[in-house]
Amino acid sequence: MKAAIVVFPGTNRERDMRIALKRVTGRDPLMLFHREELPKGLDLVVLAGGFSYGDYLRCGAMAAQSPIMKDIKDFATKGGHILGVCNGFQILIEAGLLPGGLLRNASLRFLSMDCHMRVERAGTAFTSRWQKGAVFRAPMAHGDGNYFADDATLDRLEGEDLVAFRYTDENGTVTEAANRNGSARNIAGILSPNLRICGLMPHPEDLVDPLMGGTDGLPMFESLADTFVSA
Amino acid sequence: MTGPAAKPLDSAARPVDMAHMTAAAPVSLDPARAAQLAAEFGLKPDEYERCLAILGRTPSLTELGVFSVMWSEHCSYKSSRVWLKELPTKAPWVIQGPGENAGVIAIGDGLAAVFKMESHNHPSWIEPYNGAATGVGGILRDVFTMGARPIANLNALRFGAPDAPRMKQVIDGVVRGIGGYGNCVGVPTVGGEVNFHPAYNGNPLVNAMTVGIAKADRIFTAAATGVGNPVVYVGSKTGRDGIHGATMSSAEFSADSEEKRPTVQIGDPFAEKLLIEACLELMATDAIVAIQDMGAAGLTSSGVEMAGKGGMGVELVLDNVPQREEGMTAYEMMLSESQERMLMVLKPGREALAEAIFTKWELDFAVIGHLTDTGRIVIRHKGQVEADIPLAPLESEAPLYRRPTEETPKQPVLAPGAVANPTTIEDALLRLVATPDLCSRRWIWDQYDSLVNGLTVKRPGGADAAIVKIEDHDRALAMTTDCTPRYVVADPEEGGKQAVAEAWRNITATGALPLAITDNMNFGNPEKPRIMGQFAASVRGMAAACKALDFPVVSGNVSLYNETEGRAILPTPAIGGVGVIDDAADAIGLGMPHGADLILIGETEGWLGQSLWLRDIAGREEGAPPPVDLAAERRNGDFVRARILAGEVLACHDCADGGLLVTIAEMAMATGIGATLAAPATKAPEHAFWFGEDQGRYVLAVSDPAGILAEAEAAGVPAARIGRSGGGALVMADGRSISVAALREANEATLPALMGGKA
Amino acid sequence: MKARVYVMPKAGVLDPQGKAISHALEGLGFAGVNDVRAGKVIELDLAETDPAKAKSAAEDMARKLLANTVIESFRVELA
Repeated sequence: MKAAIVVFPGTNRERDMRIALKRVTGRDPLMLFHREELPKGLDLVVLAGGFSYGDYLRCGAMAAQSPIMKDIKDFATKGGHILGVCNGFQILIEAGLLPGGLLRNASLRFLSMDCHMRVERAGTAFTSRWQKGAVFRAPMAHGDGNYFADDATLDRLEGEDLVAFRYTDENGTVTEAANRNGSARNIAGILSPNLRICGLMPHPEDLVDPLMGGTDGLPMFESLADTFVSA
Repeated sequence: MTGPAAKPLDSAARPVDMAHMTAAAPVSLDPARAAQLAAEFGLKPDEYERCLAILGRTPSLTELGVFSVMWSEHCSYKSSRVWLKELPTKAPWVIQGPGENAGVIAIGDGLAAVFKMESHNHPSWIEPYNGAATGVGGILRDVFTMGARPIANLNALRFGAPDAPRMKQVIDGVVRGIGGYGNCVGVPTVGGEVNFHPAYNGNPLVNAMTVGIAKADRIFTAAATGVGNPVVYVGSKTGRDGIHGATMSSAEFSADSEEKRPTVQIGDPFAEKLLIEACLELMATDAIVAIQDMGAAGLTSSGVEMAGKGGMGVELVLDNVPQREEGMTAYEMMLSESQERMLMVLKPGREALAEAIFTKWELDFAVIGHLTDTGRIVIRHKGQVEADIPLAPLESEAPLYRRPTEETPKQPVLAPGAVANPTTIEDALLRLVATPDLCSRRWIWDQYDSLVNGLTVKRPGGADAAIVKIEDHDRALAMTTDCTPRYVVADPEEGGKQAVAEAWRNITATGALPLAITDNMNFGNPEKPRIMGQFAASVRGMAAACKALDFPVVSGNVSLYNETEGRAILPTPAIGGVGVIDDAADAIGLGMPHGADLILIGETEGWLGQSLWLRDIAGREEGAPPPVDLAAERRNGDFVRARILAGEVLACHDCADGGLLVTIAEMAMATGIGATLAAPATKAPEHAFWFGEDQGRYVLAVSDPAGILAEAEAAGVPAARIGRSGGGALVMADGRSISVAALREANEATLPALMGGKA
Repeated sequence: MKARVYVMPKAGVLDPQGKAISHALEGLGFAGVNDVRAGKVIELDLAETDPAKAKSAAEDMARKLLANTVIESFRVELA
């Protein structure tokens, strides 16, 4: 798998992502500064978490206008795989690559805690190692993760089976208490119609090592490694 | 100081005789006006006389500003230096002791840990969010200035009574500020401590600690050398932020401190993140000779310290300083405390390389001067010399006071049976785990990103010390902050000892080897003998513990004049401890495992003096605090660590605030698993056994109790089996019990209720 | 009656958000932006019908809550 992690000014979870990708591929992903060009021949582009441009104005808004985003949109048009986690998800939304918006958490506080997610769409490059309905744990760490979209968009996402993950309790039940940031219909992550762009708020990359408290997040990276096994 | 100095200077403060200005020498102030301003800036009359003698003339406004900040308590440590010298600062693993931006210790694999703790107390009271945020920013800069990538933040916080005026707002602002800054820069906030006491009602303490990792042979310092080498300014632009902040934080609070609000700086964690990446990128080259962050007293202290430590002179041209505001004067630029700025001296010809890196990270870069061999700091602005001061006497003639001290009278020892338990053991426990000082800190942790970087092995609450692994190594650091101010006020020497011992104990309880500490000395007005006596005695106690435990001091910070309307805070020598464990996988936590035997290490007399039980259940704050037997401390701790590293211990928690039963309850609440407890083998009353705060104790969960007890006996370590884990309740020998769920509910409810709603 | 409260960082107080926006605009090729200051607008729907009283009430709210007068200034407009 040839993967690149894009670093914007203020990105800060690129190192976590490097660890997770290296764990499944055995080698370091490419680290790309946002002023660089996207090289040819990549299998996966990752927009990592953090506070690009300090989260000022709107989370992800300024990074979405960054020079490299033109290349990333071309990459998407040509069917490239893109993973956006946390701030990366926010950037994908601001760039128009995924629908909706991410509002301030309902509690109006930064939330740093583990959550549980249920896999709603298995069999994609990001989720093939899970069964549909599988529940896994992941840390979240964000101030603006409250997923919002109008009802028509939400209906379309659900109708086309593009909801990747939903916040649930540890038994996989959708509850209000499990939906800490207040997201519409408990949505934690979504997919593009071609299933090649995935954005989610929680951080599976921070739970890939028993030493750090578990390996619940590892299947996402194993799925990606399986998908690009030949590369 | 009083109000006027905090305001922009009016024309009356300008040089009186403009006609005689020359480009060669600074223009002296009118002597009478200078003396008056000196007093307003906080210089004592004899200090001002000394300044006149050094210059041989009346200072210019800028020079007066330089003297007043360099000789402020904050920068000169004039009241504390004579005492701090007593602290041990050396060990074979110490690379850099106190005196630099941060301390440095070798941790193996050619790596070094770089760390320091620093206070931002007064700014956090005035504007809690930005005060706390810029405190975090400042301590981060102290660490990455030395060439280290910050890997962890911790915070030692002391708030007033939760229901005191403004306190809820202060707690909320401080927590948001620490989170807002740390989360954004991407450094995990992994630990710390919080206390509540009315003595902090008008003067909370915000002590921020940062730990970083560097290559041991790539440490950067402030001492600048090389005549002609360029002096470079990088980071954010300079505005009129915090002018005279350093002297403000050395002045006792008075009711008019509300008026001082405009001096508080705004933190920009985004700029700091860029500064970290740009500095570390430049540090990977050979371009830097010396580097210093612009913290308190900004350009003044960084310029003076870099040139002074290198035995050089420096000439700065302020016209080249990147400025955020129009019409800034030399005085304002030299004293500005705008955040996220650094000063560095580069090797000749490396300017373009450095500039390219800072431009890439969208930061300002400017050559603002060069090193000279004159031994003087010369400040030029708009063709005029604004200051010309010899550096050596600025340091060597700095005021140094051995202020009068008065010992705190010893308090009588409270016998274990002296105060009866007004309630049942179960009820006392339930109430204790819910008191502000012992309740769950989850409401706070849940706002801090403790995992960013993906290397956090033990999260907040998971172990006695936070454990963070080092990238691409097996090794991990163990970190903690500790102090028990109620012990220190009752007996400053024992309290100082206890603070160091507890930090050592908390690191030990994870299996890590404690290596060194940073200290953050928060005290009241040192001009009062009782306060100075607290300081001196605390240092004495700390020094004794540091020596006995091989736990030297490598960095620190002093914050004095923590008083409001003449009432001092509890003396608070906060200790930040750092240790290392060779393999992160060997580190253990405090959560109660299933089916393990519980072993108590250490002696239990049932010491109730100054205990939380006495204060929060019996309603009395009195008695001598528990003494620390340093020999027993060392012996017990070394034994515990060896057993952990031998793989014989499943979980370990030290006995601290609240005593033995609270310790066991905390282990149980961490996992939801209870225990059946043996009847206490003691002559003390039952409540003294369970809630006494005797020192040097640990509770171990083990699978081979006989083996551990035999080893303890052989090592001369007091040890006893006190129970066995399992079930969902703590069950006493006579069958009384309390469910872990009830304990958890009480423990978790307090902070959200105090702060009005869940996080 | 409706009142609009404009809250801005005080002159001279660092505005990290404005600074970052300014950089981003520059990066997008918008030349000639000398400075950016970012504040917020708060709309109030007040029961009060007397303009002077409404303005004074809104100013009071701004001083007490809507603006942090340590670092922000405010201006009230009646709509």
